[in-house]
Amino acid sequence: MKHELPKLPYALDALEPFISQRTLEFHYGKHHQAYINNLNNLIEGTSFENADLIDIIMKSDGGIFNNAAQVYNHTFYFVALKSRGGGKPRNGLYDALVYTFGSFENFKSEFSKVGATLFGSGWVWLVADSDNKLRIVKTSNAETPLTDNLMPIMTLDVWEHAYYLDTQNARPKYIENFWELVNWEIIESRFDKL
Amino acid sequence: MSFELPKLPYAYDALEPHIDARTMEIHHSKHHAGYTNNLNAAIANTDLDGKCIGEILAGVSKQSSAIRNNGGGYYNHDLFWKLMSPDGGGKPSGELQKAINDTFGSFEQFKEKFSKAAATRFGSGWAWLVKLSDGSLKVCSTPNQDNPLMDDAEVKGTPILGLDVWEHAYYLKFQNRRPDYISEFFEVVNWEEASRRFQD
Repeated sequence: MKHELPKLPYALDALEPFISQRTLEFHYGKHHQAYINNLNNLIEGTSFENADLIDIIMKSDGGIFNNAAQVYNHTFYFVALKSRGGGKPRNGLYDALVYTFGSFENFKSEFSKVGATLFGSGWVWLVADSDNKLRIVKTSNAETPLTDNLMPIMTLDVWEHAYYLDTQNARPKYIENFWELVNWEIIESRFDKL
Repeated sequence: MSFELPKLPYAYDALEPHIDARTMEIHHSKHHAGYTNNLNAAIANTDLDGKCIGEILAGVSKQSSAIRNNGGGYYNHDLFWKLMSPDGGGKPSGELQKAINDTFGSFEQFKEKFSKAAATRFGSGWAWLVKLSDGSLKVCSTPNQDNPLMDDAEVKGTPILGLDVWEHAYYLKFQNRRPDYISEFFEVVNWEEASRRFQD
């Protein structure tokens, strides 16, 4: 089964001025595409050739894992952004965040802090554990919470390629911008499916 | 005593067109300065205060991640600036040239091996040419700001050549094309400095 670059649910300039079209051209058009291409090349002729993406992530290591996980992570990140996003989630997710972190603002500031202090390349996640309890975790490079049996609900890419053209060394500024783009409807629907 | 951001041995635009002035300025005045300040904060009022960076790195496995990451970042960038020069490029000569030929077959084969280590380091990190304790050479790469001076490094020894492959080192000019950045780096390598380090 050939993996394909998923279509973005918005135009490449839709996230301006928070994430530039140029960043998306590279991040989606080059990096995400390269992970797809590498994955397809690496699984050819292996037992992963016809496996679905999650299956590959759970069972592989090395280059196959890195590319499969990066395909998953990027798709998970991109589809939960939108033009004029931001604000707050509603209903169940909002209540769960307040219950877990004390307030929505506390959640935001904790998530932002984990993103700002992750050293090197990686991802910040809001996840649910097996008791449906919410948690913020960080992963290095391609690693994903799926392999720790944690269910991802939202993620933020803090590889430098996600923001360097826009905000250079100022990762906190990128994180601030990210909150203006969050598509809470998508994230609520992930939470509601737990 | 605290560490100071080392001055660049050339102007920000001196490595143009291979490495652009804007990248050099942000890399030195923001990233390297950040590691330096954070290292100072991490060692303040500890028994590491006053120790030289080599000594700190040689015992880093017992220290916090802040000391590891910022100590590595402080040292690696200082070395990196010195290993580049507007008059760089070409090939090494003398003993380093001989050692490279003996170990890798030829300079071209060394270059290929080093470039591959740099291109395939996944995520953030560094590629290295290292002199081992028996005097032989080895190419390797390390994640994040780790380096071969750290006591828990997989390949331990003296760094002779180092290349920063964090995306911040090349993204403004090369974006996703890390291999292009690697080949431009070879146009500015200060082989005199690398040779001096090898013979030390």
